[in-house]
Amino acid sequence: MTSQEISEKLKAQFGDAILEVKIDGVLDPYVKVSPLSVKSVGLFLRDNPDIQFDYLMCLSGVDNGKDILGVVYHLYSMTKRHKITIKVDVPKAQAEVPSVQSVWASANWHEREAYDMVGIVFTGHPDLRRILLPDDYPGYPLRKDFKVPEFYQGMKVPY
Amino acid sequence: MGLLDKQFNNSNVIITSLDNLLNWARLSSLWQMQFGLACCAIEMMATAASHYDFDRFGVIPRATPRQSDVMIVAGTVTLKMASRIKRLYDQMSEPRYVISMGSCSNCGGPYWEHGYHVLKGVDRVIPVDVYVPGCPPRPEALMEGLIKLQEKIRNESLVKKTT
Repeated sequence: MTSQEISEKLKAQFGDAILEVKIDGVLDPYVKVSPLSVKSVGLFLRDNPDIQFDYLMCLSGVDNGKDILGVVYHLYSMTKRHKITIKVDVPKAQAEVPSVQSVWASANWHEREAYDMVGIVFTGHPDLRRILLPDDYPGYPLRKDFKVPEFYQGMKVPY
Repeated sequence: MGLLDKQFNNSNVIITSLDNLLNWARLSSLWQMQFGLACCAIEMMATAASHYDFDRFGVIPRATPRQSDVMIVAGTVTLKMASRIKRLYDQMSEPRYVISMGSCSNCGGPYWEHGYHVLKGVDRVIPVDVYVPGCPPRPEALMEGLIKLQEKIRNESLVKKTT
């Protein structure tokens, strides 16, 4: 299936929840969906017999600037050999996205990493803790406005 | 200052100073705290393997700080690891030594500016005896660092405290 056909199926199924479709001029064609619909979109993409996205290749947290954070889902179908990218934008003030851990189990640690680095809260995640940084680390280091702390546990951090 | 002042003129009798004997014994069996942190650890393992053979200097990796004499900090010291390193160092019995191996451990290395998670030099948490530069240092460089440490130990005195 082409990206065009996949996005049309999504539009027919979800209507207003599909915010943007971009296919030409980008390396990875993407569909931008509303944050609250991402889990049902995921379930549909996984279980629809024509689409069968059975593999979440990557899940990334992004700071888009202007107080907007984002999550990017790279999907691939092992059976159908096609792929698509799903994007979600959330305001920094309320950075909450439903977890897709129940749809693709591999999302578990990816979502923990996005939470660790960018501070996106995945609602419904079974175990949302930091995965790389220590639990008491201040702030989310991959946000654009992140400032390195002067001290961490009494150790000077800046050079 | 040789170890043997009186050669082997009298059969089976060796005369030397206590300091010489103790220092020779200590510097010839520097047991190493067995842990590595990053790519430097690969070079450290290569140094310990048969081609470079760290064992000929008496360096044997020990899996516990209680039995270790020297800690080779081989790699990037993250903030998360720094408190663990401090604890391991505190658990080693004296006299204990630290070799800081590679740029990361010396001063933060490539993470010096944007490394929000990296300690800029292990000497911020524990005292360091020898710094080995390189990214990562070749086994020869690490061996030179060890020989420097042996020189330092050779000039120490356990009988009369100099510091």
